[in-house]
Order: sequence, then structure tokens, then C-alpha cells
Amino acid sequence: MRFILDRNTWQEIFGSISKNKIRTVITVIGVLWGIFIYIALSGAAKGMDNGFESMFEIIAKNSMFVWAQNTSMPHEGFKTGRQMQLRLGDATMIENRIPEVEFIAPRNVRGFFGSTPPSIGRGNKSGSYPLFGDFPAFTKIAPKKIYDGGRFLNDEDIAQARKVAVIGERAQRELFDKGEEPIGGYIKIDNVYFQVVGVHKFDQSGGFGGDGDIFIPFSTFRKLYNTGDEVGWFSIAAYDDADVVKVEENIINLLKNIHQVHPDDDRAFGSFNLGEQFNKIVGFANGITFLSLIVGIATILAGVIGIGNILLISVKERTKELGVRRALGATPAEVRNQIILESVFLTVIAGIMGIILGAATLALINNLTQNIDFPYTNPTVPIPYVIGALVIMVVLGTLIGLIPAQRAVSIKPIDALREE
Amino acid sequence: MIEINNLHKSYKMGANSLHVLKGLNFSIKEGELVAIMGSSGSGKSTLLNILGMLDEADSGEYTLDGVPIKNLNETKAAKYRNKFLGFIFQSFNLINYKSAMENVALPLYYQKVPRKQREEKAIKYLSQVGLKEWAHHLPNELSGGQKQRVAIARAMAAEPKVLLADEPTGALDSKTSYEVMDLIQKINDDGNTILVVTHEEDIAHMCKRIVHLKDGVIVEDKKVDQVRASQYV
Ligand SMILES: Nc1ncnc2c1ncn2[C@@H]1O[C@H](COP(=O)(O)OP(=O)(O)OP(=O)(O)O)[C@@H](O)[C@H]1O
Ligand SMILES: [Mg+2]
Repeated sequence: MRFILDRNTWQEIFGSISKNKIRTVITVIGVLWGIFIYIALSGAAKGMDNGFESMFEIIAKNSMFVWAQNTSMPHEGFKTGRQMQLRLGDATMIENRIPEVEFIAPRNVRGFFGSTPPSIGRGNKSGSYPLFGDFPAFTKIAPKKIYDGGRFLNDEDIAQARKVAVIGERAQRELFDKGEEPIGGYIKIDNVYFQVVGVHKFDQSGGFGGDGDIFIPFSTFRKLYNTGDEVGWFSIAAYDDADVVKVEENIINLLKNIHQVHPDDDRAFGSFNLGEQFNKIVGFANGITFLSLIVGIATILAGVIGIGNILLISVKERTKELGVRRALGATPAEVRNQIILESVFLTVIAGIMGIILGAATLALINNLTQNIDFPYTNPTVPIPYVIGALVIMVVLGTLIGLIPAQRAVSIKPIDALREE
Repeated sequence: MIEINNLHKSYKMGANSLHVLKGLNFSIKEGELVAIMGSSGSGKSTLLNILGMLDEADSGEYTLDGVPIKNLNETKAAKYRNKFLGFIFQSFNLINYKSAMENVALPLYYQKVPRKQREEKAIKYLSQVGLKEWAHHLPNELSGGQKQRVAIARAMAAEPKVLLADEPTGALDSKTSYEVMDLIQKINDDGNTILVVTHEEDIAHMCKRIVHLKDGVIVEDKKVDQVRASQYV
């Protein structure tokens, strides 16, 4: 250890490195390139990872939708092609029977999925907006940001079937004057007045929904359109640790049971599992991260082997010099350590330069992609990766330096001196 | 200072073995300047390498300054070389990317002498060989004689007990050879023990004693009247 901290040692190493400039530069470039690839690739992969994450963070990652379709198999006296209808009672059944379900929000809509849009207006202003009948639980599955002063629907609204609405930014823009306070204002939905209680902020990365969506209490919607206990579809979130695919299957099976559908009838209920999609994308991003790790490490390895090779050649070239040093009193350990230290030093210097270059490149890419609609955010290389890379450099540098170092001391000084 | 007793050395080459040193005996006292002579292949370098602990004898005894030199591992041999011996080679063996001063300071580096002191000492010995102004030059900027003088300064820097010179003038013309011998004589005048391998009669007579090797045995060992080299330079 004293050897490493000794100034004399470093003078010797700087001496032999700086006196062999071309050799040093070539060696350094090899490793520099390797670590640059490693940092740039894993950083880019991380950026993509972050991009996907933020795309999905707005909506519960293990959420799903379930809706009704037509049967494709006859069962218990029912003919095939029977039209299915989800009902409020199904939600209670699902909640009671399937413990993995954290939230379930029955939903209805007008003006979406092809249904006729409601006429919505205020004074002489009007527009076309999808109208949703919702429970408060819906925001637990797909959070909505509400502007200051407003709120989303609550349990009271449901219980009393209040005529209240949460409107989108676009609806506010089109139905209210500039500067006019929307909260407390009234809008007319299919000839019924609703009081606006909140304005929700539209978030593009949410992926679903729009900036004009209007939400009213499920119970009010039901009265307004006389839908009884009919439900358009369920939005469901499973607990974080649940296997979403399994939960989805259980829900569908339960629904088949309730609605007397053949167990093998795959057409009666439709479902879409966000969690599964999310996992696919995460898997893809992980794959890319892994790939970049492999490529990076392989490149580093190639670079380090290059250092070893060049040191081996240089040790051969310096056989006589090393023989002279030993005649002058260098012990085999001193010769060996000097060569290993040269190797480690070159590797680490190259590594640090590569890391800096890689980080700079990532910062540049981040700047360039700032305003592009591409899932790519904050492409930083995690510190553990960087430290890991440096540790790899030191370890590999030492290991690869061992070969030329061993070679240098395996020659007897008398033979080394005889070398021409 | 140096005692050898019945020293034997053979080189094995495949099935054959070449018996190079066949039982050498001599004793060299402190302050002597000894020439080792002999025709090519007589074993001069072999003997010097054994004395320099760069090689080991097959049998016989070797004592250096009262220390028996026997069964040394490489590390121990390196330490002894560093402490006891200074080498001067026919081909100078300077490190080409180090300045004259750095070359001279190198043995001191392996003695763990701090840098400042190392450089001071190196300059001191370079002045002694008349090359103070050349301290920061690289070897390839020096003439052959200058290189050998740097090498002598390097051998002296560690203040060894014995200087071993294998044909120190072998690569030099006669005028330069005499300059180098003049230097070696002066170092000897200061009381240093020096062994010079040579096959040149005139160089040998600039020493105080000549040991003549032939076919691996000492055929002659005589004191001579020293010819001072200074009269030729
Ligand atoms: N490493 C070796 N392996 C085999 N044989 C060797 C080795 N070193 C020297 N020899 C042989 O030993 C003999 C003595 O060699 P040495 O170098 O001691 O001679 P020398 O007296 O120094 O000759 P020169 O004046 O040419 O330098 C020679 O025949 C040489 O070929
Ligand atoms: Mg020889």
C-alpha cells in the first residue's frame, strides 16, 4: 500500500508512460471507447426506461378494463350470440370474491365508443364532449389532476345523485369566458343544469381520456339516461403485488359464472390488461438495458485485453531496461508492481475519460430529445453503474497487467541484460 | 573484500554441458583495481556475473565484504546488488527515455531515497565525471564516452563496495577509452574496489593487478606497475 502512495512510484510510472506516448494513447483509446459505449448505451437504455415509466405512472400499472360482448357458445338453454350486459351487482361480486382487486370503478359513457354524444352547452356556447358517469374510485385507478379550488366527484355526490360535473380544460375554454371562474358555474347537459365542481388537467402522457371529458356522478348519469344498474365497463386496479393476468382471468371467470356463460366462451366478455402491456414494455426496456450492458462490458473487455497486449509488447521491448533496473537493485516485486500499476493507471484514466465523454453525450441527447414526443427522459447512468465500471476497470487492469508483469520477472536479469 | 574459493560453473545446453569456470580461487582486498583478462570465451563475463550476483556458481564459495553469498533468492540478490555493487557495462545500458540525471538517480530510487536527495546526489556524481552541464540531456544526445561516464556516475551513486566493469572501454575508441580509465583510476584513488574485465593489454596495465583466465582456470595473477591514463588524455 505504501508503494501505491509513494510519490517515487508515480514518478516512475509517469516517466515510462509519458515517454511512450503513442503506445499510451492507443491503449487509452481502446478502453475509453469501451467504457464510452457502456455508459452511453446503458444511459440511453435507462432514459428509455424512464420514458416508459413516466408514460405509465399516471395510470395504475396493474389496471385493466372489462366490458361485455356477445356470447359465442350456447349454454344452459341460451342461444349463441346473446348480448351480455354488465351490472352494478357484478362489481360487488367481484370485490367480494376476488381479494386481489383493490379498486373497481363501474363506468358509463355517452359520446364515446360510438354512442350518440350528449348536447352540452352554456348560454349560447356549446360543444361536443364525452360524458362519463363515474364513481370516486375511478381516480384511484386513473388519477386526475384537478385545478385549485375544484374537486373530483365524492361519495355524497353519488348518494344524493347530485347534478354536479367535473369538466375538462377544453370544455372550460369553450364554455366559459376568459377569466371567468368555472367552479360554481352551471352547464346544461341534455337540458339538465349541472354545477361545475372541478376542472381536471389534461395529461398527455396518461394515454387515455381527453381534454374535453366531463364526469358526472354515476347515480346522476343513471337517472339522466335511465340506465338502471347497467354498466358500460369496469375499470379495475389490482394490488401492486398481484399477478394481473391471473386476476383478469379470475374476474372473467366470475363474470361468466354470474351471467351463465359457457366457461370456454372467450367472446362473451372483453378485457384489456394494462399491466400486461406495461410488463411487456418494461421487459423490452430491460432487454435493451441488459443488451447494452453486455455490449459495453464486452467492449471494455476488448479494450483491457488491448492494454494487456500492448503492455506485453512493451515489456518485451523493455526487457533490457528491466534487466538494467534489476541489476541496479529493483526487486522482482518492484518490477511486477510497476507494470501492474501502469496497467491499472492506464485503464482507470481511460475509464474516467470514457465516463465523462459518455455522460456528456447523454446530456447532449437529452437536450436534443427534450421537445420530441419520444419516451425518453433523464438518461442518467446510475452511480452504481459508474462505480461498478471503475471497479471493473481496476480489477481487469490488475488481472491483465499480471500477465506482462509475470513475464517481465520470469526472465533472469542476466538473460534480460544479454537481450539486444 | 572479495573471496572466491574453488568456484565452478557450467552451462547446460541440451545433453551437453560446457564447463566454463573450473575451480577459481582468488582474494581481492579493499581498494584494489584488478583487471581480468583472457581470450574470448575464457569465462571473464561469466565470472563477473557471478561476482555481481546476476548469476550463480554451481559450486564453490563466494564471500563479499565478509557476507557469504549463497542460495540467494531474486529479491535478496536485488537488495545485495543495490547495496554492495555498481555495474558498468560495455554497451552502457542507460535507460534511453531518462535524462542523464534520472539515470544516475535510479539506483537511489530503489534504495528508497527521497527525490530531492536523489537528484542532489545524482548531480554530485555527474559533476565528478565532468557532466554536470549534461544532466538534463537524454542518452542519445551524448557521445559514447559521455554515456559511459554517466554509467560510471550511476554505478557510483549508490556508493557500492565494489564496482564491476565488463569491458567498459570495449565500445570506445582509444582516446575515449583512456579518458574513461582515467576516471576509473581516480575513483580507485579514492579507495574504491574495482574489477575491470578487458582483453586489451594497455587497459589492463592501467590497473594494479592482472588476473589472467584461460580455459576456465587462472593461469596468471600478478601485480603490475600502474600506467596512469592521465598522461594520454
Ligand atoms: N548463457 C549461456 N549459455 C550457454 N553458454 C554460455 C552462456 N553464457 C556464456 N556461455 C559460454 O560460456 C563461455 C564463456 O563465456 P563468457 O561470456 O564468460 O566469455 P568471455 O570471456 O566474457 O568472452 P568475451 O571476451 O567474448 O566477452 C563461452 O563459450 C560462451 O559461449
Ligand atoms: Mg564477455
